[in-house]
Amino acid sequence: MTTNEEQTHIIAAIVEHKPGVLYRVSNMFRRRNFNIESISVGPIEPRDLARMTITVRGDEKVVEQMIKQLAKLIDVVKVSRLHPENTVSRELALIKVYSPDTRARSDIINYVNIFRASIVDVSTDSMIIEITGDSDKLDAFIELMKPFGVKEIARTGITALSRGAKSIKIL
Amino acid sequence: MVEMSGAEALVETLKREGVRVIFGIIGGAIMPVYDVLRDSGIRHVLVRHEQCAAHAADGYARALGRPGVCMATSGPGATNLVTGIATAYMDSSPVIAITGQVNRRSSNTAYMIGRDAFQEADIIGITTPITKYNYQLTSVSEVPRVVKEAFYIATTGRPGPVLLDFPKDIQTERAEVEFPGKVEIRGYKPVTNPHPLQVKKAVDALLEAERPVILAGGGVILSNATPELLKVAEFLMAPVVTTFMGKGAIPENHPLSLGCIGMHGSRAANSVILDADVLLAVGTRFGDRSTGTLDTFCRDAKIIHIDIDSAEIGKNVDVDIPIVADAKKALRALYEVLASRAEKRGETAWFRRVKELKEQYEELLESRDEKLKPPRLLRELRKIIPVDSIVTTEVGQNQMWASLYFKTYKPRTFISSGGLGTMGFGFPAAIGAKTARPDRFVVDIAGDGSFRMTEQELATSVIEDIPVTVVILNNSTLGMVAQWQRLFFDERYVAVDLKGIPDFVKLAEAYGAQGVRVGSLKEFVKAVKEAMRLDVTTVIDVPIPPEENVLPMVPPGKSLKEMIE
Ligand SMILES: Cc1ncc(C[n+]2csc(CCOP(=O)(O)OP(=O)(O)O)c2C)c(N)n1
Repeated sequence: MTTNEEQTHIIAAIVEHKPGVLYRVSNMFRRRNFNIESISVGPIEPRDLARMTITVRGDEKVVEQMIKQLAKLIDVVKVSRLHPENTVSRELALIKVYSPDTRARSDIINYVNIFRASIVDVSTDSMIIEITGDSDKLDAFIELMKPFGVKEIARTGITALSRGAKSIKIL
Repeated sequence: MVEMSGAEALVETLKREGVRVIFGIIGGAIMPVYDVLRDSGIRHVLVRHEQCAAHAADGYARALGRPGVCMATSGPGATNLVTGIATAYMDSSPVIAITGQVNRRSSNTAYMIGRDAFQEADIIGITTPITKYNYQLTSVSEVPRVVKEAFYIATTGRPGPVLLDFPKDIQTERAEVEFPGKVEIRGYKPVTNPHPLQVKKAVDALLEAERPVILAGGGVILSNATPELLKVAEFLMAPVVTTFMGKGAIPENHPLSLGCIGMHGSRAANSVILDADVLLAVGTRFGDRSTGTLDTFCRDAKIIHIDIDSAEIGKNVDVDIPIVADAKKALRALYEVLASRAEKRGETAWFRRVKELKEQYEELLESRDEKLKPPRLLRELRKIIPVDSIVTTEVGQNQMWASLYFKTYKPRTFISSGGLGTMGFGFPAAIGAKTARPDRFVVDIAGDGSFRMTEQELATSVIEDIPVTVVILNNSTLGMVAQWQRLFFDERYVAVDLKGIPDFVKLAEAYGAQGVRVGSLKEFVKAVKEAMRLDVTTVIDVPIPPEENVLPMVPPGKSLKEMIE
């Protein structure tokens, strides 16, 4: 598959879990003019490694170059491209919406149920909803919340694994 | 296990890595290291500006093919290294930069790093994009391993500068340390052996080629692959052109050598490469100054690209047959397969064409003969200095004249800032090269503007007894910029007139060096011979007309086809 079209791609990188690594990675992206949409990072096993999930926009050539530049960084142990069709990708969002009256509240609860989201905090005039899913689902849900008045949103950025038995081998 | 201070562990590791000389300037945050260095047997060359410590280490590395080491204190000392580190990075030179850093902890155990302590600069943050890697030391016990890793990273794969930032408290603290025999870095495993299938594909293409051309870049020099390159070229009877950084990868008096391609390449090289049906590119990143506009660069040729840095493949130019490998190993493998499958080529029609081009090229160079002008002067210089002399250059017209008219016969004897184009590089790099190769004659081909940026190193050269010769092609202007204003800005000159100040003869003498001004070719030859005979630091001031252009030239943003003669 080679195309010149700009698309969103998901890259997973296994990196050394130590200070400064996120800086090295993000600085390389900035310096080489690559456009990242999100980065999520967390430690994995063994604990001195971390996994970064990076989503980027660009054409084939750009993504290939990006993967090579990532792999070139000393602190990056392994890089792998995750193909959307066999990847499970998830994002989590916390959304604080206005819910001043019972009517708004019951409408919101309805949507929450349909989307299998959950309400994790309630106060007199607002509540916090937690929702997990692929990014499109989160976008759609946020759209539905807008008429109620969205006070704050926090999204984690995508994290992803490839389906099936295949996995990234760390030598 | 032995008990040592961090500074002792550093110096001991440097010794184990075979370091014989360090270029640097001392300051508060690096004093404990200097204190150990004092009686270590490692030579310290006190330069007069840290930028020159980095350039000298770089020149040392390029001349010798071994890492060069420079050192500075924290803050301003470290930031002064930056231009030199960036220069080494762009030209893939193995430089180790050691900087002092403020204490991690002060006496009351509070952290100092990060609190804007006196002479604190975030040199790790600053140098991340211009080093292959950098480290801030965090404990005494890790010093031997980290320093060894730094040398390993700097010198293997695609070489490059590595910086070690050394907090002062770790220099003085003591701990049990162990010196590892080798290092393992799980995220760094450079591939050096070529993939046999890719080699086979390359050989298929080369054997089918009617008009093969070899493009040799700086990578050929870095991997000491000249003998292997010649074998392949002679087998295929393929012309060899080089990038500016590849100058010296093939002796430029070889029948298959056609000089450099690029903005100030030779007409022969620029035309032959565009005629290629198969291009074998080795150790080059297809930089914009080399290729001209990419949409006209070898569009119809099949391109084989050998590079040890896989990120270079496909970065600028689309490649048909990539080979990720060390240039020497890849060329050797190519030759072996070639020789096993075919006979060495004879005088093909293509070779006759190359011969013709070569003759035209030589003629053109000769016909530019004039009085005391750079082309002629540089050819005379070639005749009188030994074959293995080392030439460095500054940046600007001087550099491009040297590229066009000074023939290089051996790898590692032409040293110039190609990637970053750093004015002021040539002189300190010459000092570094002379330190590495005291037996060689070392000469910096300079412009007056560039020389002024690092001329204070005359003191270093004289006092440290590292005699080099500087030939100033003195046009009293920032010549290359003036040339662009002449050609592309309607002769609207601005900020280029240096007004012939200072008097370089007196300047040299003020530093205790020898200064000569020459008014004729004969005087020039005499001055160079004198400099060689006396082996003292010499500045030869050569007044030249300010309005000379370096030609031919491919205008910026144009194709290699469109040369101004
Ligand atoms: C540090 C630095 N500053 C500015 C430039 C831009 N620049 C490129 S060539 C040049 C003029 C060089 O003048 P000179 O050293 O006298 O050499 P000439 O071109 O006259 O031979 C300048 C200013 C540069 N390459 N490096």
